[in-house]
Amino acid sequence: MNREVTIIKTAAETALAQAFTQARARLPGDDAVTAQREAAFDVFAREGLPHRRVEDWKYTDLRVLMREAKPLASPPDAAAKTSAKTAGAMLRDIDARRLVFVDGVFVAELSDLAILESGLTVRPLAQALADNDPLLTAHLGKLAPAKDVAVALNTALMGDGAVIRIAAGSTIERPLHLVFVASAKTAATFVRSLVVVEERARAMLIESHEGPAGSDYQVNAALELFVGDEAHVDHVKIINEGAEALHVSTLAAAIGARARFNAFTYTAGGAVVRNQLFLNFDGEGTVAGIRGATLIKGHQHADTTLVANHIARDCQSREVFKTVLDDEAHGVFQGRIIVRPHAQKTDAKMMTRALLLSDRAEADNKPELEIFADDVQCGHGATAGALDEESKFYLMARGIPEAEAEALMIQAFLGEAIEGIEHAGLREALMDSVAAWLLARGQVLNA
Amino acid sequence: MALLEIENLHVEIDGKEILKGLDLIVNAGEVHAIMGPNGSGKSTLAYVLAGKDAYQPTAGEVRFNGKNLFDMTPDERAAAGMFLAFQYPLEIPGVATMTFLRTALNAQRKKRGEAELSTPEFLKKVRELSGTLGIEPEMLRRAVNVGFSGGEKKRNEILQMALLEPRLAVLDETDSGLDIDALKIVAEGVNRLRAPSRSFVVITHYQRLLSYIVPDIVHVLSAGRIVKTGGKELALELEARGYAEYQEEAAA
Repeated sequence: MNREVTIIKTAAETALAQAFTQARARLPGDDAVTAQREAAFDVFAREGLPHRRVEDWKYTDLRVLMREAKPLASPPDAAAKTSAKTAGAMLRDIDARRLVFVDGVFVAELSDLAILESGLTVRPLAQALADNDPLLTAHLGKLAPAKDVAVALNTALMGDGAVIRIAAGSTIERPLHLVFVASAKTAATFVRSLVVVEERARAMLIESHEGPAGSDYQVNAALELFVGDEAHVDHVKIINEGAEALHVSTLAAAIGARARFNAFTYTAGGAVVRNQLFLNFDGEGTVAGIRGATLIKGHQHADTTLVANHIARDCQSREVFKTVLDDEAHGVFQGRIIVRPHAQKTDAKMMTRALLLSDRAEADNKPELEIFADDVQCGHGATAGALDEESKFYLMARGIPEAEAEALMIQAFLGEAIEGIEHAGLREALMDSVAAWLLARGQVLNA
Repeated sequence: MALLEIENLHVEIDGKEILKGLDLIVNAGEVHAIMGPNGSGKSTLAYVLAGKDAYQPTAGEVRFNGKNLFDMTPDERAAAGMFLAFQYPLEIPGVATMTFLRTALNAQRKKRGEAELSTPEFLKKVRELSGTLGIEPEMLRRAVNVGFSGGEKKRNEILQMALLEPRLAVLDETDSGLDIDALKIVAEGVNRLRAPSRSFVVITHYQRLLSYIVPDIVHVLSAGRIVKTGGKELALELEARGYAEYQEEAAA
């Protein structure tokens, strides 16, 4: 082709290209991994950062929202590790096995790798890449959509993460909690995790993301999750980044036959958040619940983009996403259910609701159904609206002050999504977090 | 001292005047019935007392326990002892009935400077009251009014009233949609609460309810004003003759 192409690179794009060039030699992995990184980087070099004319990124224009690319984070020093000790406090009442990553690097002394349950294997990604762990060779990069630029950047620059295998038939009672925490330095991290849950195994996986309020750090996290036949997996992601942070994360999952799979995302932090879920229902007879609750205020921007791809027959999926928006916050939900020709008897229902607490908040809902099979039950619904004044008056007429009445109604609104979580302790922790958010809002109201 | 004093009250909704100079005095311990044809302003009176937003007083005064009612928000009025039993109680999905009841009771107690009720005390009280009103424990486990029949919603209003122990209860067409058995249960619930310090304003279109909740004073409301006041026999008279003569009077 002889076409002359002029690509105008943004400062962030140029910085990312430089970061890759400089880091390439010291990033972990053998030649095959390096080739994988380069191929991924080529996708980015060709496409640039996604912008509003790219349909899947229409509402989250990274060229605009990501003015600059921060330098790759250096390994955490002692101070950074110390400050990370209180990370994940929101879930302190849950007895989980914690794997802590500070600035994208696994920190053994903050993690709990003692006495692993039988059937459970856990390794840091950097180590697994360095010694060609066969689990990686078989699975890494097989699920996450290679053409997605966020995923491509993650693959090109992935440094560390968790590599977890749960052997066939093993039930891991203690939830596994991946704690990702940013220290005070303003940097970018690219963490990549791989979780393989073999057939008939059972596990609960929590990932939480947090960092300091005053730093505009950047996080790009991706997790590839393989759910074997008849396995039961719960995945929970808590995005509690600092107020100025940019967070892009991806869950790519392949779910086998007759499995149970639940995913829940709780988003309350971060200046810009893009949460992507790519789910493939590869085996028949699986039941899945995909839910999320988002609470944003100020100028926060939070985008949930979901693709539920029904490939095999007889699967049931329920998608429920609730967003509460205050001030000038901007919420986005893009949900696509695809039913492939062989996925007969698919039963998929998606509901997204936005509750606008301010006239200046904006919610964009884009539900889509693409159905190629003829014997299915699919549906979607989307609503956006303010609190119901009649209901509020009823509560106030019984003596409940306005802020408290609103708080009750907001909790009820989010409850529909949060109550779908099977783990009681986690449900309570999330409702407590919602209550704290509402309290902070009430104090502002009274001020 | 009168518990409720309404003087020359004018109220508009969306610029349309509904109450046109209403006067009413309710003393402690009295039960007043307000009867009138549809559109006379009965529900408007109920809502303006409870403090609903769209109901704008444009003239006149309302003193509740000596204080200007219009200086108070709906929750402040409730804490001061005002209670409105809604004609159409709201369904609030996701808010558990017990949470709602406890939040309301404790919010009122807090505002009055009283201690919050402990959980066992609260549960005991709700159990006792719901038992007398024939409200099944299963209903209390549901969200507020969600899946309740019309009669169950009305009984739930009376349960709230009994729990909150107001100084003045305004019952807005509490009899509408009730069969005779439900009507009796509701009336008994109200009668149990009659006390020298507590007053009631019973708003109704029909005399039927007043056979069970016997009023001290009956008023006829027509075209936004009280046009006649009498004893309980006035209700029977209205039942026999209808509202026609009062509507003509108001139109004249």
